[in-house]
Amino acid sequence: MPAPIRLRELIRTIRTARTQAEEREMIQKECAAIRSSFREEDNTYRCRNVAKLLYMHMLGYPAHFGQLECLKLIASQKFTDKRIGYLGAMLLLDERQDVHLLMTNCIKNDLNHSTQYVQGLALCTLGCMGSSEMCRDLAGEVEKLLKTSNSYLRKKAALCAVHVIRKVPELMEMFLPATKNLLSEKNHGVLHTSVVLLTEMCERSPDMLSHFRKLVPQLVRILKNLIMSGYSPEHDVSGISDPFLQVRILRLLRILGKNDDDSSEAMNDILAQVATNTETSKNVGNAILYETVLTIMDIKSESGLRVLAINILGRFLLNNDKNIRYVALTSLLKTVQTDHNAVQRHRSTIVDCLKDLDVSIKRRAMELSFALVNGNNIRGMMKELLYFLDSCDPDFKADCASGVFLAAEKYAPSKRWHIDTIMRVLTTAGSYVRDDSVPNLIQLITNSVEMHAYTVQRLYKALLDDISQQPLVQVASWCIGEYGDLLVSGQCEEEEPIQVTEDEVLDVLEGLLVSNLSTPVTRGYSLTAIMKLSTRFSSVNRIKKVVSIYGSSIDVELQQRAVEYNALFKKYDHMRPALLERMPIMEKSASNGPTEIVQTNGEAEPSAVESKHPPPVTQPTNQANDLLDLLGGNDVVPVIQTTMPTKPASAGGELLDLLGDLSLSGGPAPAPAPSVPASQPPFLLDGLSSQPLFNDIAAAGIPPMTAYSKNGLKIDFTFERANPNPNIAVITIHATNSTEAEMTDFVFQAAVPKTFQLQLLSPSSNVVPALNQGTVTQVIRVLNQQKQQLRMRIKLTYTHKGSAVQDLAEVNNFPPQSWQ
Amino acid sequence: MMQFMLLFSRQGKLRLQKWYVPLSDKEKKKITRELVQTVLARKPKMCSFLEWRDLKVVYKRYASLYFCCAIEDQDNELITLEIIHRYVELLDKYFGSVCELDIIFNFEKAYFILDEFLLGGEAQETSKKNVLKAIEQADLLQESQSEDWGSLPNEEIL
Repeated sequence: MPAPIRLRELIRTIRTARTQAEEREMIQKECAAIRSSFREEDNTYRCRNVAKLLYMHMLGYPAHFGQLECLKLIASQKFTDKRIGYLGAMLLLDERQDVHLLMTNCIKNDLNHSTQYVQGLALCTLGCMGSSEMCRDLAGEVEKLLKTSNSYLRKKAALCAVHVIRKVPELMEMFLPATKNLLSEKNHGVLHTSVVLLTEMCERSPDMLSHFRKLVPQLVRILKNLIMSGYSPEHDVSGISDPFLQVRILRLLRILGKNDDDSSEAMNDILAQVATNTETSKNVGNAILYETVLTIMDIKSESGLRVLAINILGRFLLNNDKNIRYVALTSLLKTVQTDHNAVQRHRSTIVDCLKDLDVSIKRRAMELSFALVNGNNIRGMMKELLYFLDSCDPDFKADCASGVFLAAEKYAPSKRWHIDTIMRVLTTAGSYVRDDSVPNLIQLITNSVEMHAYTVQRLYKALLDDISQQPLVQVASWCIGEYGDLLVSGQCEEEEPIQVTEDEVLDVLEGLLVSNLSTPVTRGYSLTAIMKLSTRFSSVNRIKKVVSIYGSSIDVELQQRAVEYNALFKKYDHMRPALLERMPIMEKSASNGPTEIVQTNGEAEPSAVESKHPPPVTQPTNQANDLLDLLGGNDVVPVIQTTMPTKPASAGGELLDLLGDLSLSGGPAPAPAPSVPASQPPFLLDGLSSQPLFNDIAAAGIPPMTAYSKNGLKIDFTFERANPNPNIAVITIHATNSTEAEMTDFVFQAAVPKTFQLQLLSPSSNVVPALNQGTVTQVIRVLNQQKQQLRMRIKLTYTHKGSAVQDLAEVNNFPPQSWQ
Repeated sequence: MMQFMLLFSRQGKLRLQKWYVPLSDKEKKKITRELVQTVLARKPKMCSFLEWRDLKVVYKRYASLYFCCAIEDQDNELITLEIIHRYVELLDKYFGSVCELDIIFNFEKAYFILDEFLLGGEAQETSKKNVLKAIEQADLLQESQSEDWGSLPNEEIL
């Protein structure tokens, strides 16, 4: 049988293959030859064959049939065989296969071999790929070798022990005795690996950590010697003595000094020395400085040292070497929370890094910049960040936009600046803005009342330029819908008002509806905006036409909206102004913005408006009209009342009674009050009855009045103006009870003349506590479009001391301001 | 610790792979393929570090070979660059002005040298001289054994 082809020959041959197919053919041929050679148990050439197999394995071809051969090689007495055998084991075997356990015995023997290079091979293999079972079996041997005086073996045993501990942490204890005098070694290899072993042990066990704290002085001494000693050719790297060992010692010191005052103090001097004396012209010096900075920041160092560390990082930022800049930014990001002021000093350098070419550096600079934004530097920082937003990669835009919004919200110096910043983001990175920003922005805009005209004007102008960025378009259409009247009337104070007609505005909004660039969501926004303008603009007919067209739209969402809006024009035209009035200031709730508040009221009407788009405040319509029909043309319009869910039926009966007493022809019982959603969030009552939201503009000046006071029950009215519709008066009744017994089942009802419309919201409770200990509040909204004098009839029913009480009264003493 | 080291050419051909964590062959192939692609896509001006999965990858190009190490979060990237450099110096000293071909044709020696420098993902010897001395002695042992045993002369074993 001819000798198998030599390794280098095979490599040469395979490299001449011109195609993948040719290579595969050669490989297959050789594999076949190798396989038959293995079958023949050829000892002489086994290592050659396995070596060839390893080459082919590196090219990506299967070589599992060589695994057992590796074991045979390991068991051989020849050093070459062992060398290749162990290499093969490390490349082809892994702990998932049971085969590897067969190695254990061989390794054990080799760990006790007379030749240190054989022992070395065994230690190396065990330390690289030993499984937990192997580690358990051989830990004793490793421990023995850890105590040998042969430094060549000792250093390998130390790293092997690290691997054993990683695989089987419980075995850590057994290595403790052997660590006793590891640090007194002169040999750098042993020192280095010992420090690694000590680090591993301290990281894993707090007991070990406290035990090894006493080594701090020794470590400091070793480090000092390294720095102070003269040139040592053996360990020198660019003028620095054994940087690898220095870095490892610094890392161990970090772990030992953390949260420990004494240790931190003991290492203070050496850290300062390393920080100031290390040569920074080459990467190796910077590597040591980097580790030093990390250590200083993590232990309980004194403030002078910390400032020194941050300054080193600041110098790193100016380094030409991008690796150093990268490392500096990463470290600064870690320290910006704890040493904020020190990092602030380097703000301008950090901001410059936004213009770096490297993507990782840019990202870190961006994160760090956002962390450094505060009330003082917001204007300057935002300029840089917006410029960055313009020019950065698309991957960054979403994060950067969100960051800008957050920072603007926290530190905006003025509302105008805030709105301008938002506009800038929407116009430059509009398509990358996150979906939840749209409602947040709408809320922000709503709350910046004095900026409405300016905002809507800017948004309108932006729309004229570009309708492709959906978040921008959505916010803009919402604003135009709300504040279109301000736009057309040219009321802007902040900048030159533009001249725009109602038709032009409607053109733009209709353009959004038909454009291919608009998503269905956007179309919904623009249709609703158009609808809202029907109460703000005079070209109602045009709007009616648009709305009726979309009543047959293919898009179900649009169709539903259009149909409902159509109904609003036809049957419920008298409700339209109230429904489409200006949105109130929205209270910001923790989870989402404006959507929360409106759902509560809106649910009474069967409106399928999307949750993102707050529907106008609605009133339950059905009952009112039924009543009107029944009673046909009377002076008094019946109450449309939202009652508490517990008593719908009786409310209807009482309503009838109320009307009967006012000498109207009776009628069949009206439909029961519409069902109010069972879960009335307290927010509704909090928001509307006790803390009126509409109070900022025209609230002041309307004095409260006492509407009723009899038998201990007193009812006061307080007034607010609905903002901004001055025709709606919001009255809050406050019922108090000065008797000693509480009044239960308390129900308040009201009726107004026909020219008014009234809405009664749910009361805060139906028990009026005794002795004025509490108040029942309820909100009444009165629409007074014809500005007539407000009159009201009220009916009170309650149970007091076991008997039912009922009373009627007329309220005529409304202050003139409440209805003028 | 270093989790693995890969050496590959500019065409993406693997020249050496050392794994210090247990992974299946399939996983190793997948990781290799992904990482090679990522590193080769980097432009020359970019820095030597990148984040990849939950590891940090440190790479450096020497002539036609990329040396690529994956280290853990608490490891020092800059010193890893020095480790890579030290390994290249060792190869250079051993082969005398090392080039890619040397590593292709003598890959087993490249592994032996690596195994004298690193063990379990950590440096075992910080003295260049000592590493080279150990390799030299081991090579001598290999030769002397073959002479004693009257088998093939050393150059012809593999």
